[in-house]
Amino acid sequence: MSELTLAEGELWGPLRTRTQARIGLGRAGSGLPTRHRLELQAAHAAARDAVHSPFEPDRVAAGLPGLPTVRVRSEAGDRLTYLQRPDLGRRLDATDRAHLPVGEWDVVFVVADGLSSRAVHEHAARVVTETVTRLPGWRIAPVVLAEQARVALGDAVAAAMGATTVVVLIGERPGMSAADSLGAYLAYRPVPGVTTDAHRNCLSNIRPPLGLTYEAAAGKLAALMGRARELGATGVGLKDESDTLPVR
Amino acid sequence: MTAYTSVLGGERHRFDSLARLLAAASPERSGDRLAGLAAASARQRVAARWALAEVPLTTFLTEPLIPYESDDVTRLILDTHDAVAFAPVAGLTVGEFREWLLAADGPALTAVAPGLTPEMVAAVSKLMGNADLVAVARKVRVVTAFRSTIGLPGRLATRLQPNHPTDDPAGVAAALLDGLLLGSGDAVIGINPATDSPKAVRDLLDLLDGVIQRYGIPTQSCVLCHVTTSVDLMDRGAPVDLVFQSIAGTQAANASFGVTLGLLDEAYEAALKLERGTVGRNVMYFETGQGSALSADAHHGVDQQTVEARAYAVARRYDPLLVNTVVGFIGPEYLYDGREILRAALEDHFCGKLLGLPMGLDICYTNHADADDDDIATMLTMLGVAGASFVICTPGGDDIMLNYQSASYHDALYLREVLGLRPAPEFEAWLSSMGLLDDAGGIREVEAHALTEIAGRELAA
Repeated sequence: MSELTLAEGELWGPLRTRTQARIGLGRAGSGLPTRHRLELQAAHAAARDAVHSPFEPDRVAAGLPGLPTVRVRSEAGDRLTYLQRPDLGRRLDATDRAHLPVGEWDVVFVVADGLSSRAVHEHAARVVTETVTRLPGWRIAPVVLAEQARVALGDAVAAAMGATTVVVLIGERPGMSAADSLGAYLAYRPVPGVTTDAHRNCLSNIRPPLGLTYEAAAGKLAALMGRARELGATGVGLKDESDTLPVR
Repeated sequence: MTAYTSVLGGERHRFDSLARLLAAASPERSGDRLAGLAAASARQRVAARWALAEVPLTTFLTEPLIPYESDDVTRLILDTHDAVAFAPVAGLTVGEFREWLLAADGPALTAVAPGLTPEMVAAVSKLMGNADLVAVARKVRVVTAFRSTIGLPGRLATRLQPNHPTDDPAGVAAALLDGLLLGSGDAVIGINPATDSPKAVRDLLDLLDGVIQRYGIPTQSCVLCHVTTSVDLMDRGAPVDLVFQSIAGTQAANASFGVTLGLLDEAYEAALKLERGTVGRNVMYFETGQGSALSADAHHGVDQQTVEARAYAVARRYDPLLVNTVVGFIGPEYLYDGREILRAALEDHFCGKLLGLPMGLDICYTNHADADDDDIATMLTMLGVAGASFVICTPGGDDIMLNYQSASYHDALYLREVLGLRPAPEFEAWLSSMGLLDDAGGIREVEAHALTEIAGRELAA
């Protein structure tokens, strides 16, 4: 039997190319070496800050030249309420609803802060613009920038504006290895309170260069949107080429 | 439906049903607020506890929280109630039962278990402080066995959880090696697979079985797939040690998991027939967690802690080797912060142990909950004192597949060190034979070891 030396990184080194798990950390007594304890804290801090840093709709709007935007809030008035009351994060503020432009739109993009405004600030505008260029002839509604919002808020937005399809770009729950991951949820003719996750298609981990690139995400989204329109549905019927829904 | 009232500080409080009374008496948590069931004020919460203290235990046998006709978990609870075991406490109120539990010895608590229902233990937990929950639970020992023996006094087992986001064999083997070298894995080597595909699950089962056989490790493997996948794989001769399933406390919530009691019966019988255990025949592994029924819109207006305890009635039907609550996984809309997660951990462990289960914990949190690794340390210490059968451990406390933080292998070493706890006896002997124990019985730090071949093989493959 071969006995590879652990301490010199002869084994852990190659193994770390196969997993991001925090293996071979070594010990200080029963505890972690100081360096590894601080590395864990740094990863957690990045995730916590992503959850709690405020959404800046202006930053997203600045990345969408030529596309009109409109801002809405959910019924969750602040972050603390948002985290504890997912039901309120799915409901559209009544005043804001009244200001939404109504039209015969084929699609509305909803950019929602979700659990990582950082992901939205860094990636959402590029995904919107890349997708729009792949949708010739589509009547595209003003982009809705939604604060303290969950995925299902998009259903209420689409219903209020008269849009056939809704694409919600939302900050995903930050993990220890990625705090800036963007998700995209697609629903065809959503009905608030009736449409469930089973009626949606999802792309997750949009986060170049390590995750899905903007071009790849936009290509997949545009293809899904086209097929949803032909099929008259999203969700399980349209499942094959999209990722399964993550548990949320 | 009976209404309950109490007067506190000159103020009269009314609770429309037993379920509302239990919910109002619950220590505060976000999930009960989300469900609209929480007490309206701190005063009302204490008023509910005064009223609950007066409720006779027999009420829980005559007034089901969820109707007998429409819920098979209620039927299971009432149909299997053991009146003889119940006799010593049959005349007590919930308040008197709290005092009885604090004064009782271990054998009395073990004897009364089949006479207790989940609703009774959930009710009394609401009158208990965190210290009460520890003091009573630590008197109860539930011993189970397969290739290792879990739950003996002075022992703490761990689940080694070598998850990988794409089930890469070399990645899994690397994390497996890391855990073994840190003395972990005596409860189970358990993987949450990235997909539920039978082929992927089979590959992982073969990998784990190969390692366990090659090195003669006295432990059991589990790939945590759906119970129907396990049944299918057992039919095809796959090396299934333990059958896993997530379960909940109502028929409707179990249906949302794609599970019925009939399916679990079938899987249990099939796993027993394989006779793969060496020192025992406990073949089931269940996970639970507060909030799952509400999340599935299947809680019937019952508070999340009481529904959770009902899941333990499902578990005890199958004499499981392991049961653990995944206590902070579900997120801050159910348990908001470290304080609420700690409370839930102590409640679940207490209720599970009183009902006769080999209770362990996945002490954990997500990044959107207000908790950190200090909360893990606090919970781990209290649960270690409370005599938890096992805890789940991950590399560095960070699960890269499920995206949450749990205890680390180092945390388990800490707990064994400060409380003088040792691994399961069979596993401890194996660690010794592998040269991994030091003179004091702790885990030796090694710079080279024959076990490295576990990972070297997969890397070379």
